[in-house]
Amino acid sequence: MTVPLIEVDGLRKDFAVTRKTGVLRRARAVVHAVDGLTFSVERGEIVGYIGPNGAGKSTTVKMLTGILVPTAGRISVGGLVPTERRTELARRIGVLFGQRVQLWWDLPLIESFELLRHMYRVGADRYRENLATFRELLELDPFLGTPVRQLSLGQRVRGELTAAMLHDPEILFLDEPTIGLDIVAKQRVREFLLRANREHGVTVLLTTHDLADIERLARRILIIDHGRLIYDGELEALKRRFGPRRVLVVDLVEPAPPLRVDGGEVVRTDGPRQWIAFDGDRITAAALIAAVTAVAAVRDLTLEEPEIESVVREIYAGRARPEAGPIRGS
Amino acid sequence: MGELREGGALYLRIIAARIRAQLQYRASFALETVGMFFVTFLDFVVILVIFANVPALAGWSRAEVALLYAISALCFAFTDLVVGQLDWLSEWVRNGTFDGMLVRPRGTLFQVISSDFQIRRVGKIVQGLLVLVYALVVLDIQWTPARALMLAAAIPVGTVIFISIWVLTISIVFWTVDGREAANAFTYGGSFLAQFPINLYDRWLRRFLGYIVPIAFVAYFPSLYILDKPDPLGLPSILQFAAPVVAVVTAIAAGLVWRVAVRHYQSAGG
Repeated sequence: MTVPLIEVDGLRKDFAVTRKTGVLRRARAVVHAVDGLTFSVERGEIVGYIGPNGAGKSTTVKMLTGILVPTAGRISVGGLVPTERRTELARRIGVLFGQRVQLWWDLPLIESFELLRHMYRVGADRYRENLATFRELLELDPFLGTPVRQLSLGQRVRGELTAAMLHDPEILFLDEPTIGLDIVAKQRVREFLLRANREHGVTVLLTTHDLADIERLARRILIIDHGRLIYDGELEALKRRFGPRRVLVVDLVEPAPPLRVDGGEVVRTDGPRQWIAFDGDRITAAALIAAVTAVAAVRDLTLEEPEIESVVREIYAGRARPEAGPIRGS
Repeated sequence: MGELREGGALYLRIIAARIRAQLQYRASFALETVGMFFVTFLDFVVILVIFANVPALAGWSRAEVALLYAISALCFAFTDLVVGQLDWLSEWVRNGTFDGMLVRPRGTLFQVISSDFQIRRVGKIVQGLLVLVYALVVLDIQWTPARALMLAAAIPVGTVIFISIWVLTISIVFWTVDGREAANAFTYGGSFLAQFPINLYDRWLRRFLGYIVPIAFVAYFPSLYILDKPDPLGLPSILQFAAPVVAVVTAIAAGLVWRVAVRHYQSAGG
């Protein structure tokens, strides 16, 4: 058995928050931003790390990359304790913080790459090779000579992605990599990441609000809320477990009381339109449609698939006892 | 040693790129440099005005004060040229720019210092040099090799002292923004932030440490030696040679405090 590339055990991070409670009075409170995380990531995985705002996602990533010192717990990334061996770790990881600029603001993009090559001590041949690859995959050529401050957001993210990968990192930490990008740019970034993972075995940990990122990229997801892990497992298993209900939307010829059909349940009506929820494991969509058309005149039909958004929403809503520990998907 | 040389080469490479970028805007660069020159020159005008009314100040003539002023101004001008961007540190700590420096394989202080280089600050150096030339022309200094060496060493030694003290005092931002940077403190609004008298505090401390304590070693003692002047305060003359020791001690202290301070870094957001 191989040692996981990333190991996190009982990780905690507390912040002291000073809050004003009176004219001069201030209350000091401790916020547990990350509260006892345990998980591991194997080499070559792409893991989606999701959760609502303020759940502790960024704090976790910052501890994994050596930016923040944990309050308690153990971290090992590539065999190193991040904050103890910060610069050594920095050579082996690539980091992209969505909105924040890592490149030199007033320098042409190509000059930033040149400087990073020296900063990371990337050999000339390796640099030339990598740059050529990224220029092609991310179509950098039209703006290589443009100062970073004049780039569009999409161009900048492509530049930052290149900057994060010039030194052949083993692990990529991406915090909201596609935020603010248009569909085409998102697509390009996702394809690039998949390729880096497939061809170079780069391990990727990404936090995102865009669940489409997760669906396209990650097989495995970690869901965090209030600093605790509430799900660790495969995306498909999660969907099966929390989103077995599919919904058939029927437009009747004329309004009618909620239809009664075996295996389905009307969850909503709106004039002639009715939403019928059903369990895909117990009845097929075709059988349900047949049952519906047998009892009513139907003008139109659509089938709604469970989406990761609603699945995640359900998890947040149904998380009655977070102390119970994470749900583990198979 | 090789490590140091490699770091130096990288520093020069980054700075060269920054200068090239600034020279793209020649006109504004020239105007700013001239502006910087005149603004600092006003400092010296104040001294001239005082001496228009009195012949001597606490036993120092106009030209003698000019020498003292020139040494200190040059040291500060070089300090500002090299590490002036430390003024941005509290902003970088607040908005998370500092995060980016922690995920790169170089020292954080190195990255902060190499992050900028405003060539317009050369204007201050020019001003200091002109005052120095004036002082040296007017003063009748009995030059010896030791005195020449003292003058030549005073500038780099004083610069190191100023830089160290700046690093030392600015490290405080890693503590004072502590409460603010915690997860959701942003919501408590700007008024809360404004109650932190960081700048005041900062500037007061910087003035006290930066101007009062080490100015003695940066300009006062070297000037006494160069001018062969009896110390009006009657302090032991060995102090006139203490500046390099002070420089080394403050530099080590600055490095240690910085190291501890960075571990206190809370980073923005949650």
